[in-house]
Amino acid sequence: MSVTGKKWRMITWMATLLAMVLLSGCTTLRGTGDLGLVVERASGSVQVLENSHNTLLGSVTGLGDLSHATAVFSRDGRYAFVFGRDGGLSKVDLLTMQVVNRVIQAGNSIGGAISQDGRLLAVANYTPGGVRIFDTETLQMKLDLPALAADGKLSKVVGLEDAPGQSFVFSLFDAGEIWLLDVRDINQPKVQKWTQAGLQPYDGLVTPDGRYYLAGLFGEDGMTVLDLWHPEKGLRRILQGYGRGEAKLPVYKMPHLEGWAVAGNLVFLPAVGHHAVLVADLQNWQEVAHIPVHSQPVFAMVRPDNRQVWVNFAFPDNDTLQVIDIPTLKVIKAFRPGKGIMHMEFTAKGEEVWISLRDEDRVEVYRTDTFERVAALPASAPSGIFFASRAHRMGL
Amino acid sequence: MESSRQQELLHLLRQDCGSCHGLRLLGGLGPPLTASALQGKPKEYLQQIILHGVPEQAMPPWKGFLNQEEVGWLVDRLLEGVAE
Repeated sequence: MSVTGKKWRMITWMATLLAMVLLSGCTTLRGTGDLGLVVERASGSVQVLENSHNTLLGSVTGLGDLSHATAVFSRDGRYAFVFGRDGGLSKVDLLTMQVVNRVIQAGNSIGGAISQDGRLLAVANYTPGGVRIFDTETLQMKLDLPALAADGKLSKVVGLEDAPGQSFVFSLFDAGEIWLLDVRDINQPKVQKWTQAGLQPYDGLVTPDGRYYLAGLFGEDGMTVLDLWHPEKGLRRILQGYGRGEAKLPVYKMPHLEGWAVAGNLVFLPAVGHHAVLVADLQNWQEVAHIPVHSQPVFAMVRPDNRQVWVNFAFPDNDTLQVIDIPTLKVIKAFRPGKGIMHMEFTAKGEEVWISLRDEDRVEVYRTDTFERVAALPASAPSGIFFASRAHRMGL
Repeated sequence: MESSRQQELLHLLRQDCGSCHGLRLLGGLGPPLTASALQGKPKEYLQQIILHGVPEQAMPPWKGFLNQEEVGWLVDRLLEGVAE
């Protein structure tokens, strides 16, 4: 072989090597199972995070008004769909940290859910009151369902959750109704409606098995349950009079219900206007305990291993967290991470929890066994924290 | 009123009133609080609502956290359009 030939082969080989290095630099493969996002409510941005090493990877901007923003995840875990207050629905690529699609789908909205098969998104809207459904690939609208209640008026929609059987279930705040929407055939949606669901349902949850829908009521002392396995049995009112005749306190922040409420047969629920977390037995819906806590709970979230419930509180006590031990149903820990605790999110197996401190401009990560703080990361007025591991759970 | 207190009040307005009325006060579970939405509503009426709340709706009383002067100042800001 000539010297030139050898040289040429060497150059080709080096060029190939260089190309491989460059390519791998651009497209390092990684999964999204440990990714998530933190909503920065005031700046209309989210930060992408990873919870294996507790770092923030980068910021995604231009998402509009993110007060009360929530997110759901595509079932491949790659995309987050962020629901903004201003009706914005944004599709964010967690890997490239880009907004890949965005629509303004309504004037004022409160959240949404992704269907059982991952193909449809449903958004709960205040203005115009109703539910709109979008294709997850294109964000094209597939269905517009005004929440026209029995009283002939449009109602604000709250507590929208995904449910088995390619369904969505939600409540009508103004009208006190619960609707179950079956979109197995999106061109022929089926809606079942229940009136008399109680006064001012403010939020809802679906149990992790997808069986029960619970609506929290602001206007009365109690909650409403729909058995999604037996919708023909209708609604059932539970925990009636849980305030035990004590005057309801003014509510400076509405509690939130989420699918993290269940541990075994027990369901943990924030009382409205009372300093208590309520515990009911899923088998008969009787009250098992009424756990006194520091203030009015906002979130009562069960750690993924079902051993603890973490509770945060409404203004002006939103600087405190309490932890309830489930075997004894007692508060075992109270601490004050800082001002404006908005949300908590457990890692998928629950060894750590992320906490957003809105008024401190940071998020913190705690071990859930020792309660030791293991990370503190800067974020601008952070509120919701959502991990991609939610992609594979019902009712989140 | 000191300017640091004014900043606290604006923070409270956006963040805590904002949990029901929206961060930009464009409305949520509670009604919008933009200047155009409040047009024609008497100042005293708005002050009373903030101080004493509307118990049958979800509006809580703020009198334990805000004094008369502070509520008056906030209402002035709302009426001149503090929202974006």
